[in-house]
Amino acid sequence: MRVLNSESSFLARGLRHRSFVVGGALSLILTGVAVLSLFWTPYDPIKINIRGRLASPSFEHWLGTDHFGRDILSIIMAGAQNSITVGVVAVSIGMLLGVALGLWASARRGWTEEILMRLSDFMFAFPAILLAIMLVATMGPGAINAIVAIGIFAVPIFARLTRGAANAIWAREFVLAAQAAGKGRFRITLEHVLPNITSVLVVQATIQFAIAILAEAALSYLGIGSQPPTPSWGRMLSEAQTMIFLNPWLAVYPGVAIALSVLGLNLLGDGLRDIIDPRLARQR
Amino acid sequence: MVLLAVEDLTVTLDTVQGPGRAVRDLSFELAKGETLGIVGESGCGKSMTALAIMGLLPENARTDGRVLFDGRDLLKLSEGELCTIRGNRIGMVFQEPMTSLNPVHPIGRQVAEALVIHRGMSRGAAKREAIALLDRVGIPLAAQRFDHHPHQLSGGQRQRVMIAMALSCGPDLLIADEPTTALDVTIQKQILDLLQGLIDDLGMGLILISHDLGVIAQSVDDIIIMYGGAAIERGGAATIFQELSHPYTQGLFGAVPRLGQRRPDGQPVRLSSISGTVPELNDLPDGCTFADRCELVSDECRAAAPPLVEISAGHAAACVHLRKARERWQL
Repeated sequence: MRVLNSESSFLARGLRHRSFVVGGALSLILTGVAVLSLFWTPYDPIKINIRGRLASPSFEHWLGTDHFGRDILSIIMAGAQNSITVGVVAVSIGMLLGVALGLWASARRGWTEEILMRLSDFMFAFPAILLAIMLVATMGPGAINAIVAIGIFAVPIFARLTRGAANAIWAREFVLAAQAAGKGRFRITLEHVLPNITSVLVVQATIQFAIAILAEAALSYLGIGSQPPTPSWGRMLSEAQTMIFLNPWLAVYPGVAIALSVLGLNLLGDGLRDIIDPRLARQR
Repeated sequence: MVLLAVEDLTVTLDTVQGPGRAVRDLSFELAKGETLGIVGESGCGKSMTALAIMGLLPENARTDGRVLFDGRDLLKLSEGELCTIRGNRIGMVFQEPMTSLNPVHPIGRQVAEALVIHRGMSRGAAKREAIALLDRVGIPLAAQRFDHHPHQLSGGQRQRVMIAMALSCGPDLLIADEPTTALDVTIQKQILDLLQGLIDDLGMGLILISHDLGVIAQSVDDIIIMYGGAAIERGGAATIFQELSHPYTQGLFGAVPRLGQRRPDGQPVRLSSISGTVPELNDLPDGCTFADRCELVSDECRAAAPPLVEISAGHAAACVHLRKARERWQL
């Protein structure tokens, strides 16, 4: 009877899984901070106050101020918004296109599959950052272009993953039974293949989300991501770099923010994979 | 009236080792209300025959011959045309009820879907009809079971759901590929009885595929026994079981264990077996495919494949030493 309450025990299993709990908590904090910053930050994150620049942490400025006298805590909080936007949009682009292409390849097989997969191999051959720089170079710098570039980089990853998982589902007997019931390939893809691979996709989306945050930070660090004055962790890092001997903490705060977010999302992804994977679940 | 006429059906599979002929020159006819059993061991081409009729062969398969369903050649229809026939005019039940249902959808929805697709029913009407069908195939508390997922059902119940799915649109032909193989014996009996009752009520044609002579014996009018992709004996079920004529059929029959069977001297009968294994499909011998495993083999057997020879009305077997084999069995 254990199987009967598998849905209700999903949360219970999750709470016993350490990396899921830690990852989930970190991800929740990230989201919470981003949402909070929409309504309230201690100070205006883009308001310049030259007189109070490079202040040490104090009661007024918990994390101190940067070289323009902006409140670090406020920028970090507002930067979370930026990171989450990048993650959501880039992963959505990558997922929508990638999953559609993967499902298509898997449903058609033959030449369609061959061509699509070789194309994604071709995209894999370029390092992600190089690809993004190439795209941004042609489309011009800016937050939107950076997000699109990161999203496009995720397309072949999702396409491959989807195609592999979908092929395994196509070989299952219930798909044959569905065909025998007179369902076409399109219908089978939507009703039978996609619902059976969502768990794999959700896990990959979490991990891809972390990769997107890292990539955005890298692009912003290089100056081709989000442009000033939009608060961005990556750009905070690059600006702090020039003052590393003057005030090393300026580089530490955004660094820690990025590291914790990425760590949290990765742990969440790992945890989800363990919890969702029915083979592992049954062993518990 | 002939519902299904299979004429010289040949299925060739392109494998890494070269082309393998999974089904060779198979012909049979089936009328509405008639039941046909196809028997043979694994790899004899019985499932391939079923998939060829459904147009669901793997991609590396080629077909020759004709499969006339209501006068239309199914092998020449487009995928779109086949989709209007599958599940609608021809239903199929598969071997593994454990894996033939989609684990993520409730069973009722899976039964109702065919009604929405083929009959254009509204969701509500399809649901009522699906509950009636689940009830018809013997699922207790069908209305409550409608929302259950496959993992909440036993194997026998799942096979009932599969049958309900196959029957949903009132097909003219039902193909059951080893429908009871994955079930234990008491459930087997229930499922066979259910199928029998449905055939009697609905008057459709049934092709029952099995490796189990016991299952076939009690369920069908006519039998085709396949070996190495070809029909080697065919006839009425009663006739075949009385007059096993082909050495392979005799071997199959002899290999069925029977409790308490004794020789005249009181010693228990030793269970006979057919020596050797089924030949590889891409390396079939020129003559009789059974020659390498047959006790009556002679040079003549290996020279050319023997044709089906009529023994009595409707009963035929493909063997060079037919008389010798029949005499041997009658002793």
